[in-house]
Amino acid sequence: MSAVTDTVRVAPATNAVSQSLRDSMVVAKRNLIRMSRIPEMIIYGLIQPIMFVVLFTYVFGGSMQIGGSTSATDYKNFLMAGIFAQTVTFATASSGAGIADDMHKGLIDRFRSLPMARGAVLTGRTLADLVQTALTLVVLAVVAVLVGWRVGSDGDTNVGKVLAAFGLLLLLGYAFTWIGALIGMSVKTPEAATSSGLIWLFPVTFISNAFVDTSNMTPWLRHVADWNPFSATVQASRELFGNPGVSPSDAWPMQHPVWASLIYSVLIIVVFRTLAVRKYRSATA
Amino acid sequence: MPGAIYAEGLVKTFGDVRALDGVDLDVPEGTVLGLLGPNGAGKTTTVRCLTTLLRPDSGSAVVAGIDVLRHPDAVRRSIGLSGQFAAVDEYLTGRENLQMVGQLYQMKARAAKVRAAELLEQFNLADAADRTAKTYSGGMRRRLDLAAALVVSPPVMFMDEPTTGLDPRNRQQLWEVIKQLVSGGTTLLLTTQYLEEADHLAHDIAVVDHGRVIATGTSDQLKARTGGERVEVVVHEREDIQAAVAVLSGFGKGDTTVEEHMRKLTVPVTGGAKLLAEVIRELDTRGIEIDDIGLRRPTLDDVFLSLTGHVAEAEDEENGAQADTQGHQRSKEAAK
Repeated sequence: MSAVTDTVRVAPATNAVSQSLRDSMVVAKRNLIRMSRIPEMIIYGLIQPIMFVVLFTYVFGGSMQIGGSTSATDYKNFLMAGIFAQTVTFATASSGAGIADDMHKGLIDRFRSLPMARGAVLTGRTLADLVQTALTLVVLAVVAVLVGWRVGSDGDTNVGKVLAAFGLLLLLGYAFTWIGALIGMSVKTPEAATSSGLIWLFPVTFISNAFVDTSNMTPWLRHVADWNPFSATVQASRELFGNPGVSPSDAWPMQHPVWASLIYSVLIIVVFRTLAVRKYRSATA
Repeated sequence: MPGAIYAEGLVKTFGDVRALDGVDLDVPEGTVLGLLGPNGAGKTTTVRCLTTLLRPDSGSAVVAGIDVLRHPDAVRRSIGLSGQFAAVDEYLTGRENLQMVGQLYQMKARAAKVRAAELLEQFNLADAADRTAKTYSGGMRRRLDLAAALVVSPPVMFMDEPTTGLDPRNRQQLWEVIKQLVSGGTTLLLTTQYLEEADHLAHDIAVVDHGRVIATGTSDQLKARTGGERVEVVVHEREDIQAAVAVLSGFGKGDTTVEEHMRKLTVPVTGGAKLLAEVIRELDTRGIEIDDIGLRRPTLDDVFLSLTGHVAEAEDEENGAQADTQGHQRSKEAAK
């Protein structure tokens, strides 16, 4: 038998970045078509945050004291940034489940045997999920306005700032999607991805400034809450919406919430995208 | 010059399980190799290593002239893979599936569209092109999957158990498609546990068991190893077995084997149908009543049995390599 010879000199991909983008778009399109054919997924994805808006506003609203005010209007205006942020992060659980589901179907073998960019399957998925999250956020904002949420209720704002706030929220959602993607790549079944994808989100979203004033927390817990990346985005969007915030603590992220939110989100994307794509490359599912 | 698919000493272990234990393959350009073996033998793992889905622990492989380990991405441009489970997105239409695959093979969107339409026509899916794959029958999904593997007309194709789970009619249809494909000069490696399928489609057959290729050759060469044809008789009365053995031994070229409970006797022969007639006359003369008699040509099942010492029974693919390692004699002698 002759020795193995490599008879072809292979030129490196001319433009890896543009190929990666193009492939990601092709996969994102696939996922968006899927979503449009399973509309109940979108509908169920909307019910829960809408319930949260209504329940928190009417059940908790009357009893909550924010910045010395006992008026329910103020709590509503305080609350919405928190609910929005929670919504964009909770969406990551279904994203992880979707990835886990994909990894256990024959289609992933097809993808992995194609000359496509390695990260495109996951990037395409997260981009499609981002579109869905944006849609959810639009619907939720309308519901929030209907129950009495008003931007500029307690400070200066303008269209640009409001859009910037939604931008930061979506960026946070996109960053968290990559955590969900890593979970989806790491678990053995889609069912496990759904539950393990949700569990960690409860402490992350509740040990924060999303629903309460952190100054009433035990000092060490308050410390955690103030440095929680989730809190930074909540605080930033509250400021940009011109909604009432609580007197922020001395913690740097609370003093510079917009910057903190940006830095945290980008950092999460870089770290978790790298880990998830590495896992994808070595996956043998 | 190595063939279009060439592998040397592929080893892959999963924990304690040695799924591949030194697989060597050489498939000349334009031919079909049937990789034959029971579940858990290492067929799928071999395909996964050759199609860049899995990195072997050691060994080397060249596909379409490209080193699989060094340039996996270039290999991916030259191969088509049709897997054990139809790898299509069931929420996409047939057309959308093929367009997506085309674009991911780096075709321009328009070219992918044209190619998708061609393939849908060719694979008899034009009428169902704009329905989601979820509504397709099993046979249609397999055809779509195969079409997806052919989007760029790759010079080398891999099909992992392409007809597993299909009914006979659909299997027949798929065979026709595969035959057409290889008549166009595509090199194909096909795994199967259907011995008939390898016999039908492959030029050469490699028999795998426990992660090794234990025999290679054409279907006829492998059959010749089992010693040609046999006469099989089922006698009506158990008491007649001894008398029948005496008759068969007179005609046979070897020992007569007896399965008591089935009242079945088998003896290797040469002489074909003419000899069969003589056997029947002789049994009749002696007043031995028979339920069944036939001339049996060796099937690949027999080949497998004579090579491995066990029948090609289905073991669970994932755990099969672990289960049952004891008690199986590896018939390395038979492979020589």
